[in-house]
Amino acid sequence: MSMSKQPLLEIRNLHVSVDGTPILRGIDLLIHRGEVHAIMGPNGSGKSTLCYVLAGREGYTVTKGQVLYEGRNLLEMSPEERAHAGLFLAFQYPVEIPGVGNMYFLRTALNAIRKHRGLEPIDAMDFLQLVREKAKLVGIDERLLKRSVNEGFSGGEKKRNEVLQMAILEPTLAILDETDSGLDIDALRIVADGVNALRNEQHAVLAITHYQRLLEYLVPDYVHVLVGGQIVRSGGPELAAELERRGYADLEPQATATLQ
Amino acid sequence: MPTSTAKIEELVSREYQHGFYTPIEEETLPPGLNEDIVRLISAKKNEPAWLTEWRLKAYRHWLTMKEPTWQNVRYQPIDYNAIHYYSAPKMKSRPKSLDEVDPELLRTYEKLGIPLREQELLAGVAVDAVFDSVSVATTFKEKLAEHGVIFCSFSEAVQNYPDLVRQYLGTVVPYNDNFFAALNSAVFSDGSFCYVPKGVRCPMELSTYFRINAAKTGQFERTLIIADEGAYVSYLEGCTAPMRDENQLHAAVVELVALEGAEIKYSTVQNWYPGDKEGRGGIYNFVTKRGICLGRGSKISWTQIETGSAITWKYPSVILRGDDSVGEFYSVALTNHYQQADTGTKMIHLGRNTRSTILSKAISAGHGQNSYRGLVKVMRGAEHARNYTQCDSLLIGDRCGAHTFPYMEVRNSTAIVEHEATTSKISEEQLFYCQSRGILLEDAVSMIVSGFCRQVFQELPMEFAVEAHKLMGVSLEGAIG
Repeated sequence: MSMSKQPLLEIRNLHVSVDGTPILRGIDLLIHRGEVHAIMGPNGSGKSTLCYVLAGREGYTVTKGQVLYEGRNLLEMSPEERAHAGLFLAFQYPVEIPGVGNMYFLRTALNAIRKHRGLEPIDAMDFLQLVREKAKLVGIDERLLKRSVNEGFSGGEKKRNEVLQMAILEPTLAILDETDSGLDIDALRIVADGVNALRNEQHAVLAITHYQRLLEYLVPDYVHVLVGGQIVRSGGPELAAELERRGYADLEPQATATLQ
Repeated sequence: MPTSTAKIEELVSREYQHGFYTPIEEETLPPGLNEDIVRLISAKKNEPAWLTEWRLKAYRHWLTMKEPTWQNVRYQPIDYNAIHYYSAPKMKSRPKSLDEVDPELLRTYEKLGIPLREQELLAGVAVDAVFDSVSVATTFKEKLAEHGVIFCSFSEAVQNYPDLVRQYLGTVVPYNDNFFAALNSAVFSDGSFCYVPKGVRCPMELSTYFRINAAKTGQFERTLIIADEGAYVSYLEGCTAPMRDENQLHAAVVELVALEGAEIKYSTVQNWYPGDKEGRGGIYNFVTKRGICLGRGSKISWTQIETGSAITWKYPSVILRGDDSVGEFYSVALTNHYQQADTGTKMIHLGRNTRSTILSKAISAGHGQNSYRGLVKVMRGAEHARNYTQCDSLLIGDRCGAHTFPYMEVRNSTAIVEHEATTSKISEEQLFYCQSRGILLEDAVSMIVSGFCRQVFQELPMEFAVEAHKLMGVSLEGAIG
């Protein structure tokens, strides 16, 4: 990967507070197109906060630092604009929207993004074909497509539905917020397949996870360890295996202060 | 208030689209109410003596009644002597065809999106246009007549079908039923009349479009629909009014009669002027609507989309007299700014195996107050009666209110009555989820509100579903996907 290219995502010394409490305390991260990054960390280390800040959720106050996406100030963009620019967050707990058909929701989202790219709304038949193809890829029962968005879906079905949305919207940067949690091995493999299908020099993935399991199927180029709101170590895929063996215990931020 | 809540409130604060006034010469009776006014209205309509007497009986009874105060709404006392009880566009006689109708009136309806020329109409919808106190035009009369269907203004029905009118008028909503129904019975000026003969499936949707135009005038229309044995009719009703600072009273009565095996589907999209953002002006919509399933296996279904009016007070009800008869009530009520709604239904089970379904969706925004009030009454003889009630409320913002007042009276132990109620807020989580998929905030709000109303919208005839979606600020695609 050439470092001379403009990074897709550049996080510089990012500090974020929620209700006045600092959660992220100086994150630096560079992601280029074509790369798969994994961020691992214990509960409460700020993993979900990082996801939400990148996606633009209200209630997260950036107190210091900046985030550039394709060279633009990401933090000034609305959540919709970020989605239009190719950023996608697969939610840890996808919300239910009663009465709104899953297919209709998908088509509205796709057309919103197509509109931004200067494309016509997708033809109904083409859309149906696209959905069927992708649904097969992520192992989603077609009956789920006819239901309301996430309504009455099992935990695993909700996660697969997130991966289906990702497969259809084809984001430039996909952020997965613990998409692996609560999934059995088969489902995990399908989710990883869905992500791997996106893997090429045009796209990048940031997978947030608590466990190493997902990374066996989704071999990352880089692994970062997030503890206490800071990235305390970065390395290659071997770092994930090491964490699995030794845990996060000796990676407290104060113990690794020299790394900053 | 989080910025998204502020934005949502702004989105639901659309301007009223039908607030214009038509400058037209009208003949208006002086304000106030007494026996002479009642007689004068009756005389203007050239009514038979029995009807004049009926009106006077109602008026005298009304004098003994008190305005109800149990409803969960607040308003300044109405001065019944300041209201004009009759106002009509000046016409020499009732026009025989549209060519004789004042072009200004035709333009008014065109502006409202209701062209009255048949070739311009939506195929399959016949319209009776009521302007202030009178019906100005009814379309497709001849075509309906071929099937034996009578669809005309109430005034014409009194002249041409007096026996039918006399047989059924006041049988479902008696002249002394309640304060506003009694007032209506005394001074009602026009409305629609429909009779569908035995075994006839009415070949098109029938609709009445009510327009209040004149100032300081009440609109008191009366609608009577009779479906004879095995007949079917679907009837639509729409309403708008100009924007004014003072309140105007609309006190209508609708009576439905379904004989054996007959079915009546009655849909309303009510968009009376709701008042301004500070709660000034708007229509008081105090309406009595009731149907009776007289015969075995008959069915009456009410669907209402209530988005307008300063205050809505209405409970479209069904008396389930025939065995195996079915009553349904589907409602979406939206209150925004300072609008208040106290609406619901009454299902009175008299016959055996009678079934009723109630589905109410209330949306409150701004300072809007929304109350569901419903009565399910199962009488002693109603063996195996069943009712299912579901009331859902959606709150937008934190200054509005939703209330539910369910009443149940069950006097037969074989009856099954179920009630479910939910209240939820349009959640920041749902909005963010939609936005993070690239869906604009305003589309996300529409989508969520429309999803919330979906079960009710599905009950509307196609043409009205379009109108309802527009009214809710929702694109048509929203609920059909």
